[in-house]
Amino acid sequence: MSLGHTILGLLESHPRHGYDLKRAYDEQFGRTRSLAYGQVYSTLSRLLKSGLVEVEGVEPGDGPERKRYAITEAGVTDVAGWLARPESPEPYLQNTLYTKVVLALLTGRRPYEVLDVQRAEHLRQMRELTRRKAAGDLADQLICDHALFHLEADLRWLELTAARLDELGREVRPA
Amino acid sequence: MRISPVEAVEADEGVEPVEAIGSDPAAERAAARPGALLSAAGLGKRYGPTTALAGADLWVMPGELVAVMGPSGSGKSTLLHCLAGIIRPDTGTVTYRGQELSDLSDRSLSALRRTDFGFLFQFGQLVPELSCLDNVALPLRLNGLRRRAAEARAREWLERLEVEDAAGQRPGEISGGQGQRVAVARALVTGPRVVFADEPTGALDSLNGERVLQLLRAAVEETGAAVVLVTHEARVAAYTDREVVVRDGRTGAPGAGR
Repeated sequence: MSLGHTILGLLESHPRHGYDLKRAYDEQFGRTRSLAYGQVYSTLSRLLKSGLVEVEGVEPGDGPERKRYAITEAGVTDVAGWLARPESPEPYLQNTLYTKVVLALLTGRRPYEVLDVQRAEHLRQMRELTRRKAAGDLADQLICDHALFHLEADLRWLELTAARLDELGREVRPA
Repeated sequence: MRISPVEAVEADEGVEPVEAIGSDPAAERAAARPGALLSAAGLGKRYGPTTALAGADLWVMPGELVAVMGPSGSGKSTLLHCLAGIIRPDTGTVTYRGQELSDLSDRSLSALRRTDFGFLFQFGQLVPELSCLDNVALPLRLNGLRRRAAEARAREWLERLEVEDAAGQRPGEISGGQGQRVAVARALVTGPRVVFADEPTGALDSLNGERVLQLLRAAVEETGAAVVLVTHEARVAAYTDREVVVRDGRTGAPGAGR
């Protein structure tokens, strides 16, 4: 996920201080990992340099002055472009798993074991997500569903590979 | 060297003939599993020249939900049918509460299936001529319960599965998701110790399938019934406690030695 675009999007709804931004981010997206203050300020500094945000005002406080950040027109255009662009499908685990399976075949090990161990791990994660879903609100359910569908896609690849191990073995280890 | 994109995931592999079943340490472990409610050890089953099971082991603890996974034609449904006493294996044993099923007569097996086991299939298999209420009451009536008592209990189960409104309707008049909930009610109405489910959500969309699984899981957690659930879908298996993988009629790590 692009942190810069997420922060721009939060600023587009209304201008905020760095602290408010962190709180809004954690509330909306920080279910599994909250955002560090350092990340907020380093991202804001980058966005300032790019002209995508500006300092709208400075308020004195007990400690350092508090800056209020607002999105610029260029920032709004940037967010709109990001939202409109599809994400590239990531290769996820396949590259690593494929390498492991081929290496198992090449070294005379048991490739099914690589797949079985991975299936068990994927299912363990899927069970955890299914439990989280059952206890969560609608937002939790939708987030867990997304992760579940991705894990399921990995598993479908895994089963297809398991079904083709003999064929793959002949290709990587020609007689 | 190429890996094709995901295609033909549902490809039916068919079962290759395999060697005769020998002594298997895994089978001995399964048979000796202490506290198991139901266990199978070294199951073998042939249909003519085709071997459906070639040394399958499985155990189920009381209240446990176990998924039986594997590709089409791997033998998972045959394993389920052997466990449930619907078909007799050629070799190996199925033990339920300390009793070997092979020692029971057909009549005793049939009685056991009615009293201790519940069944849930992909398409519900409700009797189309009967109302949903009568469908759920049917196993109780077969066990000798009087009509009024059977109907009262059936109605309770329809309510638990959130399909009480379908009580007076026939299966053809309700949706697939509702029908499968009625089928869950029918599977659980007799208070079985084990529920056997074969691709119970295979004919439903994601949302309806999920609701059926949530309701099934909640119901068996309440009644303490164990579930043996055959599925090829990981999302369905994620509702269970543990999975057993069947490949080429064998359970465990069948790639050993390849």
